[in-house]
Amino acid sequence: MSGSDFISRAFRGRRRTPEEFADRLPPGQYYEPGYPVLTAGPTPRIAPEEWGFRIDGMVGREREWTWDEFHELPFETVPCDIHCVTKWSKLGTNFGGVSMDTLLEGVEPQGDFTVQFSYGGYTTNLPLADLTGGKAWVVTEHEGQPLAREHGGPARMLVPHLYFWKSAKWVAGVRIMDHDEPGFWEMNGYHNYGDPWKEQRYWSD
Amino acid sequence: MERLTPVLQRAPGRWQVANVTAIKRETPRVKSFRFELPMWMPHMPGQHYDVRLTAPDGYVAQRSYSVASSPIDKGQIELTIDRLEDGEVSPYFHDVVMEGDQVELRGPFTSYFVWRGEAPVLLIGGGSGVVPLMAILRHRRRVMPDLAMRLVYSVRSADDLIYADELGDEAVVTFTREPPHGWMGHTGRIDQALISEAGIDSGIVFICGSNPFVDAASDLALGAGFRANQIRTERFGPTG
Repeated sequence: MSGSDFISRAFRGRRRTPEEFADRLPPGQYYEPGYPVLTAGPTPRIAPEEWGFRIDGMVGREREWTWDEFHELPFETVPCDIHCVTKWSKLGTNFGGVSMDTLLEGVEPQGDFTVQFSYGGYTTNLPLADLTGGKAWVVTEHEGQPLAREHGGPARMLVPHLYFWKSAKWVAGVRIMDHDEPGFWEMNGYHNYGDPWKEQRYWSD
Repeated sequence: MERLTPVLQRAPGRWQVANVTAIKRETPRVKSFRFELPMWMPHMPGQHYDVRLTAPDGYVAQRSYSVASSPIDKGQIELTIDRLEDGEVSPYFHDVVMEGDQVELRGPFTSYFVWRGEAPVLLIGGGSGVVPLMAILRHRRRVMPDLAMRLVYSVRSADDLIYADELGDEAVVTFTREPPHGWMGHTGRIDQALISEAGIDSGIVFICGSNPFVDAASDLALGAGFRANQIRTERFGPTG
């Protein structure tokens, strides 16, 4: 989305973005020191012992992990910036979890598309290429603490290079597909891909 | 086919320059702004617009605001804006914008927290979370006043009651901190009794407010027998 020729009368802005973050803020976003919560619908409650993560669909081999099995996988700390389509960005934050590259080992995906699905019914779609190559994680910690329920705990997807609705909270699994299928927000007006640097917020962007 | 006259494209999502035609002070912290839009299209009650402010040096700030008006108001929308002290966009609207000003905006957007005429409807709003619910309530009054709809509205004090002069029989208000002098109605946080009093136990529930408010209200709606897929929520994050 290009800038505007229109000037708002007597507007100067307060520029609350710290200097060191200035070039890390995508267009139309503002710096948010907190961590707001945005969820469609009631907040699900999933006990870790009931949680599992699965990869299914068009795959050579389905995989599924319990909470304990998941925690035997290589665990990474992921420093990143997150960008919510509602305009706030949280910069310089840390999540902890397992890389999708690790989870996809031996799965043999037979399709190029994915749908993340959640406890509670939320879905979001992405090309498989956006979940591989060190770009996506299933995370269970934020700033060294267990991920809070309102932020998707016990586990959520983390795909920090895209708007944050592409990172499903309370994630239950990823389905590999041979075609693209819009998820919840993608059917309800948000962009099918959601690159914050191209400001792909809505269908028409 | 070529056209002899250019067509004005009315696509959602295109930035347009709207005229501010009326400003109403709702509370000490909240004002409603009525805009005339050159590329207006009817919204669904519950949808939002994005506004964009641009400084002379190109600096831009964007925020989303829910539409408060009914889509029956052709060519116009009303946005109700809560003034956040450390905000950047809402103080501009409150302290700078006057009738006759122009503001850049685009919309209407998203189709999850929207009312498509389903009934019965229970609306539960906390603070400025009442704004998209008001669009639903106003639309129902204009087009289908017989349809079962109640609003449960929680505010801190009399000074926080938005749309005070419009809340009729279909609204149940509770004051959590300071009720107005002589108030005989409800006080304290919303609870199961208040939800029961609203008298809507089937259909669809819209809940909007702060995150803790939405969580509490969702639990109450679930407790009242609504299923999760009958409950739509909108959480107002910090939006300065």
